[in-house]
Amino acid sequence: MQTKRSTYRHRWLPYLLLAPQLAITLVFFIWPASQAVKSSFERTDAFGFKTTFVGLSNYARVLADPGYLNALGRTAIFAVSVTVLSMGVALLLAVCVNRVIKSARFYTTLLVWPYAVAPVVAGVLWWFLFNPTIGLLPHLLDWFGINWNHRVSGTQAMILITIAAAWKQISYNFLFFLAGLQSVPHSLIEAAAIDGATPFKRFWTIVFPLLSPTTFFLMIININYVMFDTFGVIDATTAGGPGTATMTLVYKVYTDGVAGLNIGSSSAQSVILMGIVILLTFIQFRYVERRVNY
Amino acid sequence: MASITLEGLKKTYAGDVQAVKGVDLAIKDGEFVVLVGPSGCGKSTLLRMVAGLETISDGTLKIGDRVVNDLEPAERDIAMVFQNYALYPHMTVYNNLAYGLKNRGFKKPEIEERVRHAARMLEIEEFLTRKPRQLSGGQRQRVAMGRALVREPAAFLFDEPLSNLDAKLRVQMRVEIKQLQRRLKTTSLYVTHDQLEAMTLGDRLVVLNAGQIEQVGTPMEIYARPASMFVASFIGSPAMNMVPVEYLATRSTESLLDDLPAGTDVVGIRPDDMHLTPPSTPHLVVESTLALFEAAGAESHLYVRLSESDQPTVIRVSGQPPVREGETLRLYVAREALHPFDSASGKRTGG
Repeated sequence: MQTKRSTYRHRWLPYLLLAPQLAITLVFFIWPASQAVKSSFERTDAFGFKTTFVGLSNYARVLADPGYLNALGRTAIFAVSVTVLSMGVALLLAVCVNRVIKSARFYTTLLVWPYAVAPVVAGVLWWFLFNPTIGLLPHLLDWFGINWNHRVSGTQAMILITIAAAWKQISYNFLFFLAGLQSVPHSLIEAAAIDGATPFKRFWTIVFPLLSPTTFFLMIININYVMFDTFGVIDATTAGGPGTATMTLVYKVYTDGVAGLNIGSSSAQSVILMGIVILLTFIQFRYVERRVNY
Repeated sequence: MASITLEGLKKTYAGDVQAVKGVDLAIKDGEFVVLVGPSGCGKSTLLRMVAGLETISDGTLKIGDRVVNDLEPAERDIAMVFQNYALYPHMTVYNNLAYGLKNRGFKKPEIEERVRHAARMLEIEEFLTRKPRQLSGGQRQRVAMGRALVREPAAFLFDEPLSNLDAKLRVQMRVEIKQLQRRLKTTSLYVTHDQLEAMTLGDRLVVLNAGQIEQVGTPMEIYARPASMFVASFIGSPAMNMVPVEYLATRSTESLLDDLPAGTDVVGIRPDDMHLTPPSTPHLVVESTLALFEAAGAESHLYVRLSESDQPTVIRVSGQPPVREGETLRLYVAREALHPFDSASGKRTGG
């Protein structure tokens, strides 16, 4: 195999060119992450005067906390719902856009817009739409006899954050699915048509299996997204409530650490969260990838 | 088994681009017909119209006695072998063959039997559990053929199936396709741009140019009496030489040119119809300087200039004649080897 090699006149030039990226990674990722790992083994007194090393007791306490275990289960449900919903809708839209030829670019542009919206703004948007007092959707749902109030109903609050979080991710998934669909050779679909497969069957037996590398990649990306990047959406819509009905792991890290000032517990939680994501990614690459076609 | 009838078949794309300009063709039951022409002549479009992958803008298409213009590809009872094979990459060879049968609701034992039978015929039994990417080009080609023949369709359609193979394998597969078609006696329509493939495979050839049929006939008919200058230069390799009559008249020592049909201003001469020794039949004698000598083993190619155009005239002789570049050659052409054409219409003169 050939590797690309570049030659620089000065020995330090390549390092200098890499420096900005390295600095950003160091300051905004490596440093805080190592701080989190460090403080997860420590306890700070209420006034912040004294910090003592406590070993694994923060972890033991977190894992024995029923509130934390509830949040873990809730996060799992949230992650699965958002991933399934956003990928399902994105695939459907991608299939539709892939069928139109003339206006495909137009639809693609429109469908990508939500991705440019900041998570908090997306949260606020859905908060308005679903607002029990002034929102449009509760008003419409009322006609069907559904009393929408996510401030009272935990289930409705979960539905709200699921929709809001999924909506933002649809754009991203859509782009990848569209690219995946366009890379399926047209002759395969024609061959399947001659082989007597209905359009529906063609999709599920030929196109969808060939999309599996894309689907697999998006699954990892979406789960990571739900685990880490949905803080803004939750904060703007339900702020973890009612009660703790929408308290996911990442939101609990924030609540316990920033609001509750329990730095030790919060750090332990974020280290666990990091561990979960690393583990999930590992499992997916190790086992799911084997069943991915070509 | 069925005949295929094309009546005034037309394909018009948006913007009034005519890819196929009215094609009439009757393919008999069990016949092997080859559509041949340069790229962009509409041959693939025509095949795809028969397959049902392209809509028919105008005309009638019949398979057997059924008009199939508006039927889905699956309902036309045809099978197609694609240029890139179009094997399903995520399925084993077995499932690639079985897919069409499963979709048509065949029972498991019947599928099993048909797949095994086809695999045996094509000698791909040992690959049935493999995926297409684990096969070589020739093996993939066989699988693609297998997928077509397990269904026992009324007709096979081939879209340049050998163009992705190397030269040696192409010859081998060509022979196999021919033998297979002979054995199964399934009506076949085969598209290629390779004139040699067309000549050797087809019971009949259809030479297409710019969306229209130039000539239909058996390979030898077309070779012996090309109906137009296009067909003459397309079929046969090296291509037929076109020499203006005027030029030939000034160079030839005997005048046999007077009895050419009226309107003839160009004559075509096949490279192997020019000889270095005089034939016993009436013939022309032409003198020209040997510009280039090419030895190709069993035969040699001599390049001379018989017109003012840049196109050199090629002569094919067997063995290696004792000639040197730069020397003046006396060339003999039998009278009956002259193909008379009218350069304005491009058609053969004298019917």
